[in-house]
Amino acid sequence: MKVSEYIKAKDLNEAYELLREDRKNYIIAGGAWLKLSVKSANKLVSLDALGLDKIVVLGDSIEIGALCTLGQIETNELIKQLYDGILVQAVSSIMGVNIRNIATIGGCVMGKFSFSDIFPVLEVMDTTLVFHKQGEVSLMDFLNNPKFEKDILVKIKIKNNLGKGFFKKVAITALDFSVINIACSKTDGLFSLSVGSTPYIASPCYKAMDYINCLSDINLESIKECANKVVEEIKFSSNNRASKEYREELAKVYISRGIKQVSNYEN
Amino acid sequence: MKIKMTVNNQVKIFECEPSDYLLDTLRNNNYVSVRRGCDTTNCGVCTVLMDGKPVPSCSVLTVQAEGKQITTVEGIQEEAEKIGNYFGEEGADQCGYCNPSLALTVYAMKKELVNPTIKEVKKYLVGNLCRCTGYISQERAIMKYLGDKS
Repeated sequence: MKVSEYIKAKDLNEAYELLREDRKNYIIAGGAWLKLSVKSANKLVSLDALGLDKIVVLGDSIEIGALCTLGQIETNELIKQLYDGILVQAVSSIMGVNIRNIATIGGCVMGKFSFSDIFPVLEVMDTTLVFHKQGEVSLMDFLNNPKFEKDILVKIKIKNNLGKGFFKKVAITALDFSVINIACSKTDGLFSLSVGSTPYIASPCYKAMDYINCLSDINLESIKECANKVVEEIKFSSNNRASKEYREELAKVYISRGIKQVSNYEN
Repeated sequence: MKIKMTVNNQVKIFECEPSDYLLDTLRNNNYVSVRRGCDTTNCGVCTVLMDGKPVPSCSVLTVQAEGKQITTVEGIQEEAEKIGNYFGEEGADQCGYCNPSLALTVYAMKKELVNPTIKEVKKYLVGNLCRCTGYISQERAIMKYLGDKS
């Protein structure tokens, strides 16, 4: 990325005004992908001075500042406890430790990357996003709506829940993007399922969740049926990493394993 | 623009452009142990320590490093020599291109992880590629270095 001017914003209002004044002004998060961007920025606005790099417990939620690095999240004791540590598992599977020391969760979220390992996990936890102007919004509202692109993500709020969790990333090599990533959780008796990198952006499996959450008891047959419903519902495709059919088979296997794990199911 | 940072415990002021990356600024100022590899955040050969943590200098803008403590392999000379000796003993010293970045990452890992297992070591070093692919001898050398309490 070619940058004409780099500005350290003094507060969120200044950063927001700068972002709005020119469509070629951008907020910089960690900058991990900056090098690969072909865009040019008239003004690159840094939020470094605004204290958005803290992880705190407030009320019944864990709040992760948008500028927290993936490395900070990976080593945070509170997040290690959250849903069996699935966010830590997802984050620690991303690239190497050196990249994770600069990449931020805010950058990962605002990038809406289809290969993101973070979205499936955030989708199966009780997650909301807090923006400077538009306030607190649901994760799905953000993912389905482009209007947040010219706002500033301030923090990510996750209900401090000790529910069960499962995360699986399948990749060809440790440094590669996912072939597929899957997250499951169970909180207060309800399952939550999400599949990402299909190769489309992660999506909750609503019909499969409706099916399994209506059952009074689960067995091998119902788990298999639920996995089939995931494949029917979610759109899978082929790309240079894997075929549609391979992704569908992986999804069936890991959704089944996820349901078994979060429900402590024993055959 | 002028950017002030501390490199190997010495305060430095570098003249740079907003688009300049730390890798280029360091190399242009004779810190040539910082190597250019893939230049796309993958290989880790440009790793330096920023406030004690390994980061890819090819992907950090120089302006982002303002006020930070930057360490290149020259800044950990004694430990780097120790690591290098283990590499030599285990036949892990091959073309040597990745050695400075690997030494810095191993040094940071030793401070961060307590008695890591080989699996944890491998995971920590996943972002440091060796073009000679001599990972087994490197692993042996690193495990010996981590066990060295001297």
